[in-house]
Amino acid sequence: MGLIAAYILSAPVTLAQADMPKYTPDAKNGKYIFTAGGCASCHAAPKSKDKTRLPGGLALETPFGTFYVPNISPDKTNGIGGWTNVQFVNAMKYGVSPDGSHYYPSFPYTSYRLMKNTDVLDIKAYIDTLPAVKSTVPDHDLALPFRIRRALGLWKFLFMDYAEFKPDPKLSKTLNRGAYLVNGPGHCAECHTLRNILGGRQDSLAMAGGPAPDGDGKIPNITPHKNGIGDWSADDILVFLEDGSLPDGDYVGGTMVDVQENMAQLNGADRQAIAEYLKSLAPIP
Amino acid sequence: MFTLKKTLVLGAVFAVGLTAAQAADDPIATRKALMKTVGVSIKASVPMIRGKVPYDAVKAELAMRAINAVATGIGNFYPDGSQTGGKTSASPKIWSDRAGYTALRKEMADASAAAMVAAKAGEGPFKAAFGKVGATCKKCHKAYRVKK
Repeated sequence: MGLIAAYILSAPVTLAQADMPKYTPDAKNGKYIFTAGGCASCHAAPKSKDKTRLPGGLALETPFGTFYVPNISPDKTNGIGGWTNVQFVNAMKYGVSPDGSHYYPSFPYTSYRLMKNTDVLDIKAYIDTLPAVKSTVPDHDLALPFRIRRALGLWKFLFMDYAEFKPDPKLSKTLNRGAYLVNGPGHCAECHTLRNILGGRQDSLAMAGGPAPDGDGKIPNITPHKNGIGDWSADDILVFLEDGSLPDGDYVGGTMVDVQENMAQLNGADRQAIAEYLKSLAPIP
Repeated sequence: MFTLKKTLVLGAVFAVGLTAAQAADDPIATRKALMKTVGVSIKASVPMIRGKVPYDAVKAELAMRAINAVATGIGNFYPDGSQTGGKTSASPKIWSDRAGYTALRKEMADASAAAMVAAKAGEGPFKAAFGKVGATCKKCHKAYRVKK
């Protein structure tokens, strides 16, 4: 009985073709959102500076084992060439592959699910302009209990909300844009929020940092608490996003360098929106 | 605590190559202090770069000189045995890839030296040269620092 319930609860939730908007994608905006989303930071070849080639291969070491980032170049055999629009949206926002199996949340669809379908379709249009790369990637190397993909359906049932971002009418356009960028494509919470033992984000501790998932080091608290960036002004945050320099004279390092350099490519208004939104967060120790 | 003047003295002293005995005293605390002095220089420079305060060629040159002193001398403070402890943020890669680390340190020495010259030439040249300094800070922090 329990197994039947588990099977039903773990079924993939997806959009149907009929749910797709009538829309002509904009590859230029796609490149912009692709940059905000940091897609190349995981999907480009490890150690490569070329963000147009997306063969995957990067190894993500986690407490669950090692994930190998897949090829998302438009190659028809080894990449995502030939995917339909609805397949791409289901992957990005629902974490479901074209063959109906669940993706592991090391792919941060738990954030991307907030994105507008039009932004997601724009990303696909941009990726379709990039070169097809033939390389294959090893299977994930996970500890035994985590090898059952179907079980991810239960994980999603526990930890995932499928709602798209809804602007708050009480907030300014800028704050809403900041909230969208940070929580959607920026997926900042995925690194900056502590997780529970099952790998789910502890949203009551949103953006308050914690130990780095790959063992060494610490991920900073970026809430306006004194343990975080409480004594940073919005302008300090702006400078950090543009330049990587911190108010105390330090410079950004580690995996955050790639993120900051992506943020530096967004337009000034969007960086301003991100800064204002971060200043508006609940301070968490 | 760390004024620009104090920073220069500290930086100059350490750049003149301390003996192994002195370095052995507490290399971790020493190198952390040296990095803090670099922070003082950056903090003095950024407002000028961003036009928040008037450009001061003397201040800019001194700030870059301090960074240059640290970049030149700090390599002495990563002896074997100082990989852990003392809240060090040094990545193990500094030892496993000493050549790569040393190359970046030299890159910083060169960038800051160029910025010292640019500082005297004026605000525009300094701004351009400072960009390379900041970029080099990031390069090293990306590969060789683990923030604790």
